[in-house]
Amino acid sequence: MTHSNPTGNNELLGELVAMRKITRFERFLGPENYRVLVGLFKTPASIAGFILISFFILVALAAPVLAPPVTPSDPYSIPRDGFKSQPREMGSEWTKNVPDIPFWYKAVTGNDEWVHLFGTAQGQYDIYYGVIWGTRTAFKTGLLVVISTLLIGVIVGSVSAYYGGLVDNIIMRFVDVLLVLPTLMATLILAAVLTPVIGRSTLPVLISLIAFGWLGYARIIRGDILSLKERDYVLAARVIGNTDSRILFRHIIPNAIFPTLVLASLAIGDVVLSFAALSFLGIGVQVGYADWGQVLAFARNWISSLDTYWYIIAWPGLALVLYVMGFNLVGDALRDVLDPKMRGKV
Amino acid sequence: MLTYIVRRLLLVPFLLFGVTILIFGMLQFLDPVERASLYIRGDPKANQIEAAITKYCLDCPIHIQYFNWMIGKVDSNTGEREGGILFGNFGWSKTGSQPVADLIARRFPNTLDLTIWAVGPVILVGIWLGVQAAVHHNGIIDQAARIFSIVGTSFPSFVFGLLMLMFFYANLQWFPPGRLSDEFSRVVNSDQFVRHTSLLTFDALLNGRFDIFIDALRHMFLPILTLSYISWATFLRVTRSSMLETLRQEYVTTARAKGLPERDVIFKHAQPNAMLPVVTLAGFQVVGLLGGVIITETVFDYPGIGSAAASASAQLDVVTVLGFALFNGLILIVANLLVDILYAVVDPRVRLS
Repeated sequence: MTHSNPTGNNELLGELVAMRKITRFERFLGPENYRVLVGLFKTPASIAGFILISFFILVALAAPVLAPPVTPSDPYSIPRDGFKSQPREMGSEWTKNVPDIPFWYKAVTGNDEWVHLFGTAQGQYDIYYGVIWGTRTAFKTGLLVVISTLLIGVIVGSVSAYYGGLVDNIIMRFVDVLLVLPTLMATLILAAVLTPVIGRSTLPVLISLIAFGWLGYARIIRGDILSLKERDYVLAARVIGNTDSRILFRHIIPNAIFPTLVLASLAIGDVVLSFAALSFLGIGVQVGYADWGQVLAFARNWISSLDTYWYIIAWPGLALVLYVMGFNLVGDALRDVLDPKMRGKV
Repeated sequence: MLTYIVRRLLLVPFLLFGVTILIFGMLQFLDPVERASLYIRGDPKANQIEAAITKYCLDCPIHIQYFNWMIGKVDSNTGEREGGILFGNFGWSKTGSQPVADLIARRFPNTLDLTIWAVGPVILVGIWLGVQAAVHHNGIIDQAARIFSIVGTSFPSFVFGLLMLMFFYANLQWFPPGRLSDEFSRVVNSDQFVRHTSLLTFDALLNGRFDIFIDALRHMFLPILTLSYISWATFLRVTRSSMLETLRQEYVTTARAKGLPERDVIFKHAQPNAMLPVVTLAGFQVVGLLGGVIITETVFDYPGIGSAAASASAQLDVVTVLGFALFNGLILIVANLLVDILYAVVDPRVRLS
């Protein structure tokens, strides 16, 4: 009976005081941010989301093994098996321009010949290849747009909030004007204007998505900083003579940014959706670029016989839906964790 | 409330100015030769381009160009005004082979028609679903609604639309894409069909052609289904959480304690208050529909302003695209103003402050 022994060890008492061990990781993140992170791994829905995201990360990393490119210097152009317009069904044999057969193929299928696993689309573009390499396009565009918009949004939003007054007013009215047009419309017109200038590639759409994507972050960060800049520790930092930029970048932003950071990382799903939508509309990348929206667009000329050519929309559609759903599931859990009413419950 | 409305009204000219600056700025990516097509009707001849460049001073300082772009110039020979977006001259559409303003005027009634028929299913059903989910919190409907709202937000409209076309058009032949069947479009384009409102469904009824009315609705069914499905997920989420929040309030408990039947508690006491955020959402949704739904219209080949803007930009017809953007911005600014005022009228907290 340890606890009745007055001279014995104080394990139980120690447990009562400390409650639990605080890891270095938790200390690094701070209790509030740690709670958010832990909360993300609590529900089955968010775990399913993380599994989906991990699956796509694996596919993206393994793309050269899963679908070896015909021209290694240009892996994002979907290889074509001839030029006929009629799509060909799943499992039909690859006749012209055959890529290297990946090592796992024979072991899994017992077949020596490389086939069109998901069939071909109009113009004999291989759908399987488009779906696999489209995963890389999705991560590339998603990450690039999210990181750039976040950077711009954080800088603009924090400058606006910290300096306040006229600067704030000008910046926020500018944001108001840019927000008048719906994002898709605005992105569409900017991409259409930029394409003749820089040529068909992923660039015009990426630039347009960035140009109209940072507005939301700027508003969120501004709101957060407005509430933080009255705190005592900011005053203390100013009293000891720190410069404005040091207070802003070393004291305020690190304290305000974490929720925005997590929210932004989940916006990858939305960005990929917009990118796919634009390339479905035929804006941005050239025909045959490995991108899910591009492959789906191949179905547009075969609407009346989609019952025969269902595989043109089924596979890229499935990839897109599952990818976005992965991010949405985690995002949903995140909203619950960030909800102030839930604070202290994890 | 008057100060609120006045302050809100003052924002309108500023936003209009901002949007014209934004679009004018985008036009500057074009070289003067391409910008000349803002002022020339039809395919330009070589000397016309030169003339337009000198006349509208397309290589002048930017503020002069902006001024010319806004009000245009009156031709000394014909007395007609050329250019000038303030007078509705948005330039010549290369892809549409007609003035951009005419193209908009031809396409907009179709979008309006679609909006009128879509409002009911999109908004009312979405709200109904949300209320049901909140009232039966954690019940079967609620769980189903939650799953639906996650799947719904992940399922992009163009994938959903293509799937619908696969089932209902390619397989079953029930609901075709486009605007009208061929035999009816011939009738509609002939002289015996009088265009009273230029809204096809209403014109069909006014002309007593019930078969055309049904055919038009048949073509609008899938776009409406797709639009409903995209917005239900959002409506569900907003209505549900607002309703749950309201049901937790003390006055609802009071109403229950008085012994009111649950139906009255929910529909007379809780729902009107819970609808406030939903009103704003519904307003924005209608505004969004009016601005043309780019993807849905394109998937179903529906000739509204959204699909026109999309196809013009796919063909890099910048003048046309910017004309549509300008029109879109105009609608949105005015409609958002109306939504804000409507909100002030509905919400006593804003009305009385």
